[in-house]
Amino acid sequence: MTPFVRLDGVSKRFDAAVAADGITLAVERGEVLALLGPSGSGKTTLLRLLAGFEQPDAGRMIIDGADVGGLSPARRRCGMVFQHYALFPHLDVGENVAFGLRERGRQGGRVAVERQVAAVLALVDLAGFERRRVQELSGGQQQRVALARALAPEPRVLLLDEPLSNLDPALRERTRRELRQLIKRVGITTLFVTHEQEEAFDLGDRVAVLAAGRLEQVGAPEDLYERPASLFVATFVGGANVFRGAAARALGGADGQVAVVRPEAFRFSDIGIPGVVKERRYTGAAAFYLVDGDRGERFEVLAAPGAARVGDRVFLETAQVLLFPEERE
Amino acid sequence: MSSAPSRGFRRALPRALLTLLLAWLVLYPIVVVVVEAGRGDAIATFLSRGGEWHALWASLWISLASVVLAAAVGVPLAFLFEWLEFPGRRTLGSVIALPAVLPPFVGVIAFLFLYGESGFVARAVQHVLGLERAPWRLQGAGAILLVHAYSMYVYFYLFTRAGLAKLDASMLEAAQALGAGRWETLRRVTLPLIRPALAGAGLLVFMTALGSFSAPYVFGGGFRVMTTQIVATKLNGELPLAMVETVALAGVALGGLLILRRTEGDDILVALGKGTAPRRRAIQSAGGRALATAAGWLLALLLLLPHLTLGLVSLVPYGTWTTEALPPVLSLVNYQRLFGEPERLRPLVNSLWMAAASTAAAVALALVAGALVGRRRPGRIPWRGPIEGLLALPWALPGTVFAVALATTFSVQHPWALRWVLVGTVVLLPLGLLVRNLPLTGRAVLAGFRQLDPALDEAAASLGAGRWAAFGRVTLPLLRPALAAGASLAFVAALGDFVTAIVLYTYDNRPIAIEIMSSLRLSELGVAAAFGVILMGVSALVLALGARR
Repeated sequence: MTPFVRLDGVSKRFDAAVAADGITLAVERGEVLALLGPSGSGKTTLLRLLAGFEQPDAGRMIIDGADVGGLSPARRRCGMVFQHYALFPHLDVGENVAFGLRERGRQGGRVAVERQVAAVLALVDLAGFERRRVQELSGGQQQRVALARALAPEPRVLLLDEPLSNLDPALRERTRRELRQLIKRVGITTLFVTHEQEEAFDLGDRVAVLAAGRLEQVGAPEDLYERPASLFVATFVGGANVFRGAAARALGGADGQVAVVRPEAFRFSDIGIPGVVKERRYTGAAAFYLVDGDRGERFEVLAAPGAARVGDRVFLETAQVLLFPEERE
Repeated sequence: MSSAPSRGFRRALPRALLTLLLAWLVLYPIVVVVVEAGRGDAIATFLSRGGEWHALWASLWISLASVVLAAAVGVPLAFLFEWLEFPGRRTLGSVIALPAVLPPFVGVIAFLFLYGESGFVARAVQHVLGLERAPWRLQGAGAILLVHAYSMYVYFYLFTRAGLAKLDASMLEAAQALGAGRWETLRRVTLPLIRPALAGAGLLVFMTALGSFSAPYVFGGGFRVMTTQIVATKLNGELPLAMVETVALAGVALGGLLILRRTEGDDILVALGKGTAPRRRAIQSAGGRALATAAGWLLALLLLLPHLTLGLVSLVPYGTWTTEALPPVLSLVNYQRLFGEPERLRPLVNSLWMAAASTAAAVALALVAGALVGRRRPGRIPWRGPIEGLLALPWALPGTVFAVALATTFSVQHPWALRWVLVGTVVLLPLGLLVRNLPLTGRAVLAGFRQLDPALDEAAASLGAGRWAAFGRVTLPLLRPALAAGASLAFVAALGDFVTAIVLYTYDNRPIAIEIMSSLRLSELGVAAAFGVILMGVSALVLALGARR
């Protein structure tokens, strides 16, 4: 099966900063791909390149078999939800949603447009909100109007720029669930940008990790966590104990290698690396332990709540060590 | 990418063209005047005549004194209305801004009718004291300053109120908690915080007073400031000398602008605070409240007197009012003549079409500038500096300077130098008004563009709207308030213009202000006042429309 969206060696520089460095990436039809990375990693730029708001310096972008590089944003048929939603303040909810329908010149005139607006608003659970002013909606409602507006003209690809970052933490998790259900129901190919690993893992079928404009790894959440392709991915995705030099060698690393151990991969034991428990942070099902090693290392260990107490002398053992070559900064 | 240079060129071309057009409109005439002033021996003449130095000095000190007087009236009023609560505060607070709807020249003749030697006040005093002649003459520097203080304190009043409204109450409370008394807080916290507002108002008053023409023209008598000196020299036919005077006045204006700009500082201080403005303190004692209210209404009446006077005089038929304290006959005959005789209606029609055309053109240029360089965008925007600078330049120079510059530039036929003979045609005055309007529409429209969220444009594009559709369906509707505000200010300024007109008008496009002047010469006070009332009414109407959200 040929991918629905394909980026092929896409590069983009802003003055001195490299925002995209030869990115090659494929997204299947109906797939949800998360673009995950720290701020400045170029993930939003990638979205904007695809939408046509920025022009790449090099590379090709293909949607549904056609090169879209020469198309204006208006003709790419990419639905975009902006970070701050960018709802038109001079239009009401219905007019916002109808904006793209009118632009595409749908047949059937006003009645058909209104029917479609009603249908899309019902899809995002805002039925009957047509004549409301966008300013009087809550953040969550605004987000859904933005989603409805993007979906209304039936785009080929849905692009979401940090779709949940403007919501209360309490609302975020619920909205995330609803968003996932909605996207799957519509079945639209989706790329979304986030800097939160939990969001990426929860929403994305696959996750693309970006750092400094480079694509570090693409894969299912399990792949990223268990088989990270680089030290950056290993430390950015999930908790990680990082060891260099003698400590890395003690864990089986060769010279110049960096060893990474997940907190839950350590086990308290009778043999292994000696140390003293300095802190214990209880989280319910488990507890995090901060252990000071005898040779000055620090370890973070995730274990059963009763596995050790502060001040205990412990030995740490692990079977799962991830080894990477040292990265030059 | 082989198309990159051509794309860059296509992007730069409209901006370069706009820059050239603006430069031709606002910068080129100034350059022409400077160059022509340098020819011949006009500079030597200027330097050797004492009158020239007197006029230049008079312009400077009148302007500075106007700043002091306007501040002395406007700042205390602003504190009063922003910090104290008393009955009628809201109504009075807006009445107090009324001098702003009086076009300069109309304000001046209203003062003439009111406080002039045959005005109401003088007649009343004469009547009461049984004097033979008028008790005073409204002339010279004092009269000019009186008019300036009346019409320009509004800037200080409005700016200071805006500055006070932005203050964070917790900052004043912090000062008091640290042991500062009320005066101490005012001196060490409040005044420094509103300094940018005060400096902004000061700059505005200085520039307005320096360019003021109507008051010195009507009340100056033998007392000349540079603006009236220039026009007088030009009427005398000493064109080279008029150009040197023009350059000298422009120099003073730019120098003043540079010096005052430096004192303005920045707004960061105020932006730091995010809290709410201090609560208004109600005046406690009943006597104090009554006094404040009474004083407030008295002040409002004083401020409204010029408007009322104008209305009253406009009802006086020609030749019916001689020595009485109040006019004995009132009728609408002046208005009937005005609207009944096509020849008398002409100035009104002229002013309306010239104001409308120059405003429309200024708005269009501002919109083009905004669309090309006004949007918020990361990084440096090429051409933005020159375009914004050229749009603002006419504000930095007195109207007389531009009028003379345009008259000079467009008095010869040199198409290769982009100069044509426009003097004596009806297009030159509207062109001059357009130049004067550019800063007003430019500032409003550019501010409007800067407030637009760039994501809105992108949202429209991603929904399938092309560039023009996005402009029509998103940008323009969102800019409407800014456009209305800028256009109404420009229209009112052009409608009431006198400075530009007196240099550039022809018989065929003579505007209202010129007609008022000729009516006064013929002692047709009623007709002059009726024109003034109409001007005032249209101005107030347009300003109200422009302020509507």
